[in-house]
Amino acid sequence: MSDLAQTGLAPTALSGRDRAEPRNLGKAAHAFALTSGLTPWLLPVLILAAWQLGSQFGLIAANVLPAPSDVVAAGWRLTLNGQLPENIAVSFKRAASGFLLGGSLAFALGLFNGLSKLSERLTDTTIQMVRNIPNLALIPLVILWFGIEEEAKLFLTSLGVFFPIYINTFHGVRTVDSQLVEMGRSYEMSNWELFRRVILPGALPSIFVGVRYALGIMWLTLIVAETIAANSGIGYMAMNAREFMLVDVVVLAIVIYAALGKLADSIVRLLERLCLSWHPAFQKR
Amino acid sequence: MTTAILTQTERSFDALFEDRSAKARASRGQAVTIRHLGKRFGELEVLRGIDLDIPAGQFLAIVGRSGCGKSTLLRILAGLDQPSSGSLSFSHGATDAAVKPRIMFQEPRLLPWQRVLANVEVGLGAERSLPEAEERAFQTLRAVGLEAKAKDWPSVLSGGQRQRVALARALVSRPRVLALDEPLGALDALTRIEMQGLLERVWQAQGFTAILVTHDVAEALTLADRVVMIDEGRISLDIAVDLPRPRRRGSVEIARLEERILKDLIREETPPPEYTI
Repeated sequence: MSDLAQTGLAPTALSGRDRAEPRNLGKAAHAFALTSGLTPWLLPVLILAAWQLGSQFGLIAANVLPAPSDVVAAGWRLTLNGQLPENIAVSFKRAASGFLLGGSLAFALGLFNGLSKLSERLTDTTIQMVRNIPNLALIPLVILWFGIEEEAKLFLTSLGVFFPIYINTFHGVRTVDSQLVEMGRSYEMSNWELFRRVILPGALPSIFVGVRYALGIMWLTLIVAETIAANSGIGYMAMNAREFMLVDVVVLAIVIYAALGKLADSIVRLLERLCLSWHPAFQKR
Repeated sequence: MTTAILTQTERSFDALFEDRSAKARASRGQAVTIRHLGKRFGELEVLRGIDLDIPAGQFLAIVGRSGCGKSTLLRILAGLDQPSSGSLSFSHGATDAAVKPRIMFQEPRLLPWQRVLANVEVGLGAERSLPEAEERAFQTLRAVGLEAKAKDWPSVLSGGQRQRVALARALVSRPRVLALDEPLGALDALTRIEMQGLLERVWQAQGFTAILVTHDVAEALTLADRVVMIDEGRISLDIAVDLPRPRRRGSVEIARLEERILKDLIREETPPPEYTI
């Protein structure tokens, strides 16, 4: 930079108009940044508006798809009688406990197998075999084992969450830059320090991918498990409403699943931004 | 406060590296003795019987064609590889602190998830946990002229700046032997010249034994007291570069030495014709 300035090229090359241009660009970028926070919500709002209008003018039959206003009304009704908060709390507790149990086991095993060849040789083949069984295929067996108790849901969700986190943790640890590991060793890092300062931060981007993937599977498993084998929770609420032809409650349950899924994903994204602020992809420009 | 420190920095850059006593400085470097050193990777014999005495505080450059084994020798010196045969020993100087030899790699190898200052602290080795660790790291960062970048992520630095952070990390523990594995190889020509100047000043101020592996003969001659050429795992040339410092690029003496070394390098590269007319 300073070399350029010394040659005198830089100041003469910029005419008055050229210099004004970046300022206009900056203004446009600023205006875009203001609206961009709302841009992702543009499509959902449009779809919702079309849906409401379609229902009001009778284009969509009420027993096929109730109007959004009816769904909101159903939500309000169920909130007032306490059913909705209770079922959300039950489902949330199941999701969280399954995620924590399966996730922490998978994280630990992923680290072990990533760090130790022996551990990998002992367990990886078995894990890969079990991984290829769809966890929902175990539902009949799970009902035989646990009935429709909480253990059934816990087992299915933690099993579903396990594999994406295991694979991505393992992959993250294995693909840490070996040059950095060598550097750490040459500066006398202990094994623990090497893990804490080099291997874990290096594997973190990959682990986050696993977590986001696992969250999706967590909801999927829970919805199926709750609609088949449960006596509480949002999935049960939807199945129960189906019996009484309460289409608005069924749609409400689906909307709540979507909202909870989005919420979980947003939390992980926030964590990602906090933990990976060093990563050029997560830095604000 | 800050401005006072800055002006002081500008006035005496080298003072930042200096030990208070001249005696301590003279005894900083360690002599290195290498006897019949050999290294093989399976069938491949990379080094075949290297004998080399490096006096304390010398700036030695090792040149050679790619694959001649010069980097392997340096890695053994830095303790990253073990020799297959022969021995390597370091003299015990007057100072008691047994600091391991440090190595500076061709790539900066900074931890992208640690700020620049924390990256320099890594270089303190076992002394990282001492309370003055941060202060020492900051002083060293200032000595390479990057104190303003202490709180930045490595990803925002330029290639030359990253390599300067790597130099600070290698120097912060005040090593007595510094191994340099083509550390300037990936830099552009201008940054390279600046870094050569920085290396020379730091070496003069700290008095460590420097061993530089490079494929650039001119760079070797600009910096080193002595240039050693390795060919097919053996030392094939060993010449002293007895020129005053700082050396002028393109001076007649340097050009003459460069020609001599290059002639040796190129002679080996082009086999003699098998027949003549």
